[in-house]
Amino acid sequence: MTLTIAQATYDAIVAHARRDHPDEACGVVAGPEGSDRPERFIEMVNAAGSPTFYEFDSSDLLALYREMDDRDEEPIVIYHSHTATEAYPSVTDIGLASEPGAHYVLVSTRQHGNNDGPVEFRSYRIVDGVVTEEEVDVVPALPAD
Amino acid sequence: MTIEVRIPTILRTYTAGEKAVSGEGASLAALIDDLEANHPGIKERLIDDGDLRRFVNVYVNDEDVRFIGGLEAELSDGDQVVVLPAVAGG
Repeated sequence: MTLTIAQATYDAIVAHARRDHPDEACGVVAGPEGSDRPERFIEMVNAAGSPTFYEFDSSDLLALYREMDDRDEEPIVIYHSHTATEAYPSVTDIGLASEPGAHYVLVSTRQHGNNDGPVEFRSYRIVDGVVTEEEVDVVPALPAD
Repeated sequence: MTIEVRIPTILRTYTAGEKAVSGEGASLAALIDDLEANHPGIKERLIDDGDLRRFVNVYVNDEDVRFIGGLEAELSDGDQVVVLPAVAGG
């Protein structure tokens, strides 16, 4: 299993995580249903506004899913940041993961916070409480369909 | 009285893969009981200890039911109910 993601999308996720540090940042990358192509980067507001928790706002969540439905999309990547701990799913992350088809991306800003510098960027499948890490392949652009 | 209920991916194991099912009930609680009769097991995924689960969002005609009475929210013929698990974590 591998997450293949375009450099621009990778950079957008990292930039969002840096900007929102020390609070957790969150969002999705949507793509055509069944395609496994993370094409459309969508930053979400962390309604919890917290360094230790994230939650999509309930109205935003409904609007997001309606929009994806209208476009025959699904969440290919669901990302959030950890700001003081490693980029590994917490017990809460595992318990609440509800998209078995998605790549759960974790970014950790614990080393450099809002500043430039390397961040941890890791991807997982979370299915029925089981976490499986996968490779991340950052490509200049997604291959043609 | 028919109410369309949109089912999220994670709960489609209870609806034979269907994205939407029909149900009946004058309140959300009654609708969930009706769903349970046709899709056994689904109720427990929505309700815990007599209340809606904290990390399951339910909307009636785009309104989060937490603001319109929760399980007591009234339903009418033709309403659309959407179930979405929260996207949340720590």
